[in-house]
Amino acid sequence: MGKTLAEKILSLKSGGDAQAGDVVISDVDLAFVQDTTGPLAIRQFKESGFQALAKPQQTMMFLDHAAPSPAQQLSNDHILLRRFAGEMGCRIYDVGEGICHQLVAENFANPGDIIVGADSHTVTAGALGAFATGMGSSDVAVALALGKTWFRVPESFQIELSGAFPRGVYAKDLVLYLIGQIGADGANYKALEFGGRALARMTMSQRLTIANMAVEAGAKVGLFPADKVTWNFLREHGRGDKYKPLSADAGANYEQVILVNLDQLLPMVSLPHAVDNVRPAAQVKGVKIQQAFIGTCTNGRLEDLAVAADILKGRKSHPGTRLLIAPASRQVLIRAIEKGYIRSLIEAGAIVLPPGCSACLGLHQGVLGDGEVCLSTANRNFRGRMGNPEAMIYLASPATAAASAIKGEITDPREFM
Amino acid sequence: MSDLMLKGRAIKLGDNISTDDIIPGRFAHLRSNLPELAKHVLEDGAPDFASKVKALSATGEGKAILVVGKNLGLGSSREHAPVVVKMSGVAAILAKSAARIFFRNAINQGLPVLLCDTDKIGDGDELEINVTGGKIADLTSGITLSCGKMPAIMSAILGEGGLIPYIQKYKDFVATG
Ligand code: SF4
Repeated sequence: MGKTLAEKILSLKSGGDAQAGDVVISDVDLAFVQDTTGPLAIRQFKESGFQALAKPQQTMMFLDHAAPSPAQQLSNDHILLRRFAGEMGCRIYDVGEGICHQLVAENFANPGDIIVGADSHTVTAGALGAFATGMGSSDVAVALALGKTWFRVPESFQIELSGAFPRGVYAKDLVLYLIGQIGADGANYKALEFGGRALARMTMSQRLTIANMAVEAGAKVGLFPADKVTWNFLREHGRGDKYKPLSADAGANYEQVILVNLDQLLPMVSLPHAVDNVRPAAQVKGVKIQQAFIGTCTNGRLEDLAVAADILKGRKSHPGTRLLIAPASRQVLIRAIEKGYIRSLIEAGAIVLPPGCSACLGLHQGVLGDGEVCLSTANRNFRGRMGNPEAMIYLASPATAAASAIKGEITDPREFM
Repeated sequence: MSDLMLKGRAIKLGDNISTDDIIPGRFAHLRSNLPELAKHVLEDGAPDFASKVKALSATGEGKAILVVGKNLGLGSSREHAPVVVKMSGVAAILAKSAARIFFRNAINQGLPVLLCDTDKIGDGDELEINVTGGKIADLTSGITLSCGKMPAIMSAILGEGGLIPYIQKYKDFVATG
């Protein structure tokens, strides 16, 4: 019988015939922690009695969630992580280098890899055909020490994409639409596997946005096949030799098939306080916003800043709206400076924050006040997510965020195109 | 292995309790100080949760069993979420469904999560749970519920009291029947 992508990768890695429902033990190609989950992972690692990493070259630590640190306790956690990395001989990406998932995509993730990270959006690397999933600190601690972990092989949903994005509609709108259809727990424990004729035209940046939010439907991974787009991305990032084509077999067994024609999509917005509470932007327009936030592992890439800069160039953000921009990595920031996007954004009134998670998780750099509304390009709008349970978070694409920043209220971006 | 049995009382909460509800990001600076962090468990969504759990333990009527609806623990991978739920005094969780990372984290912390039709359980009901066998007796209503089976490796980890004690004992993942 044909295999899904998830079954295929897990079969290759576990050296057996992995089928949905099986439990397999698999080698791990990359294991990582970040600064809010890393300290507990280190404590669990030490408590287990481990002395060394199984694969120091394939272990990473990222200081991105509190970057730079806003509180002494977090600064001390950073010291703990730097010290551990030094002792164990693994690489640490310090404050200012960028968000873990962006750095994994830029530097490490390859088709067919198994990646585990102590962060739920580890799924982002599924865009490159890696079986990448988030785990807790204990699981990652054990993966760091043993170089392997266990998985239950997930059943898969096939998401078959046709058509092309219309004007003003982006990967974010597609993934919000999908989550609205599937529901926040509709793909719990499952793999989402993307396919269809639309993929050939879908850039790596768009794929990363989509894979990133697979977890918002409960999924364990969001997998794209490895194709020409993957190959080009790997070559641009100096690892063309890591490319291998990878796709599901014909006749693979899918639990569900979902067809989406991109031609018919609209700009979408997710409303507070649930990611699957999704409506077309046109139905939500007019809601006043005090903050617009463009960044995160979902939408902080060069293409995202390009879209925002294009809309904001020569215009001004609304006086009642703070416009925050946080590039996903240092490389993104440098390229955005070179291309002139940062200048256009700053001239439009944007506040540019250092590469990292920034305002996304409510720790620093844009905590909301009571009753305030933020339109964010992030992936979560749970109550309290941006640091205040009395605030409201709407999620949308960078284009919708840019257009809304200009008017000071939620706006369909096609008004500015 | 003898059956792991628990007796306690239901504290009922709703659907879609996120890891941001359990431990909001604004307390991330306390993550290396778990006793302090645990004081804020579910503070925004269910402010009286911690005192209810405490009151239950104080009466000696049995342990607190957290009973919730669907998609418990959606959101981040922060293992601190099940850690603080356990630290607050909850002995087991019953849910209609649970997000996969939260589910795995709770088991890794030795906190049993059983999936069953929790609509049938009332707030304050007296429960008797056979964790190993996946059976729940609601002594208040007289009904019995069964839960889906978890993978053998998970039961083995839970049986050892969590992933770290499991690894301390076996030094590796061992095949379980
Ligand atoms: S940008 Fe937000 S969602 Fe992404 S890793 Fe950072 S905190 Fe998590």
